[in-house]
Amino acid sequence: MVGARYIHLVLIGVGIGLWEAGCRLSGVPDFILPPPTRVFQVALGEAGMLLPHAGVTLLEILLGIGLALSIAIPLAIGMHARPAVEKALAPFLIASQAVPVFALAPLLVVWLGYGLASKVLMAAVIIFFPITVSLLEGFKSCDRQYRVLFELMGATRWQALHKLYWPWALPYFFAGLKVGVSVATIGAVIGEWVGAQQGLGYLMIQANARLKVDLVFAAILWLSLMGVGLWASVGIAERHYLWWKRSLKEG
Amino acid sequence: MLVIQNVAKRFNGHPIVDGFELSIPLNGFTALIGPSGCGKSTLFDLLMGVVPMDRGEISWQGEPVADLRALAAYMQQRDLLLPWFTLEENACLPAELAGVPLAERRDRARELFATFGLKGFGHYLPDMVSGGMRQRCALARTLMFGRDLVLLDEPLSALDAITRRILQAYLLLLQTAFDRTILMVTHDVEEALLLADDLLVVTAAPMRICERIHLDQPKPRDTAAPSFLAIKTRVMARLEKEAIPW
Repeated sequence: MVGARYIHLVLIGVGIGLWEAGCRLSGVPDFILPPPTRVFQVALGEAGMLLPHAGVTLLEILLGIGLALSIAIPLAIGMHARPAVEKALAPFLIASQAVPVFALAPLLVVWLGYGLASKVLMAAVIIFFPITVSLLEGFKSCDRQYRVLFELMGATRWQALHKLYWPWALPYFFAGLKVGVSVATIGAVIGEWVGAQQGLGYLMIQANARLKVDLVFAAILWLSLMGVGLWASVGIAERHYLWWKRSLKEG
Repeated sequence: MLVIQNVAKRFNGHPIVDGFELSIPLNGFTALIGPSGCGKSTLFDLLMGVVPMDRGEISWQGEPVADLRALAAYMQQRDLLLPWFTLEENACLPAELAGVPLAERRDRARELFATFGLKGFGHYLPDMVSGGMRQRCALARTLMFGRDLVLLDEPLSALDAITRRILQAYLLLLQTAFDRTILMVTHDVEEALLLADDLLVVTAAPMRICERIHLDQPKPRDTAAPSFLAIKTRVMARLEKEAIPW
């Protein structure tokens, strides 16, 4: 049904309309709550200024995702291959989630400086956990009879990983990655809030201090669009790598 | 000749298999039939070395072996095809893992596909074909192991009656065209009587053979023949006696 497909657009439109009407009717000054038209105006009008900052934040997020993946994938494979590794590392993994990561942000800035590194690490620390856990769950969910089949075919560990466990776990991996990329933005922005010289988070702090709330909102809008774009990219990658599942959907 | 002697296994103190014995001549087809839950699948796991035996001896062609892992291919009720590989890639998997070159294993798989009526379906994904075709692909994969022995664990019980009848003809090829030695577990009496040279009726917990029937009618057999029906009645009566002891 067409209505159901576009319902989210309708909801967004209604929300923006209410916001606009509220601002105009109540006469709230722009430096407290700017109307959406003002936000769009700034977001587009100041694009030349926002763009380099957005580029920095996006780079931090992408590098953070890359770093998280390069740790999470070998870690999940190792924990699956050797239960002893899982037993040894599981408490640390869980503890790493119990510590509020935001509390680490000032420390990371002290250790790694105001540049990219502290933000990349921030983003990576936040997202590597959902990716590791979902991938490990994916490996573990592999059906016993398939595992026995591979054992009887004399598959090596590498062959079983490559042909059985990895494709089996891919849907789980993408579920984790989707969660990961949506929260990666948070990590990068927090890192920028604490100490940075560029990036959308830095821009927000600066604008906030000067009561340029419209610019804060414009930065938030850009961040949201980046988040949606990342999510959509993962969706495209998912459809590409899980091509064999698509035939199932299409029947 | 496959000889199995004295096989025993306990789970939590309960004997599942106790002193089980069996022998199958080279190129023979033996069927095990018994009530569900009698430990037939456990026996296969023991023979294949998936689960260790408490005790027992296995020998193949006079040579003692620890298990049949390197000698037998194993086919189950579920086809266990991988949805991300095509039918041909699925069938080729045992040969691929064993390091058989691509061209060689592909030729072998295509020959088998032609035999099993899958010609032209090699590039299809398992999700795109019927249950009977999937099981025929699994049968081709079983042969791609290149082993002398084939263990069949209720291979057709997930299929409908008509598909099953067609697949039974293909199973017979394992013996007649591919010279395999076959041990099959089933709970379909007619299937056992159609295919097997020797039929062993087993009891549950611990599993033991309560009746052996040698079937020397030539194959393919006619399910409507009076001699066929007479044996079927006899086996059914024996199974009922085992399942309902009063």
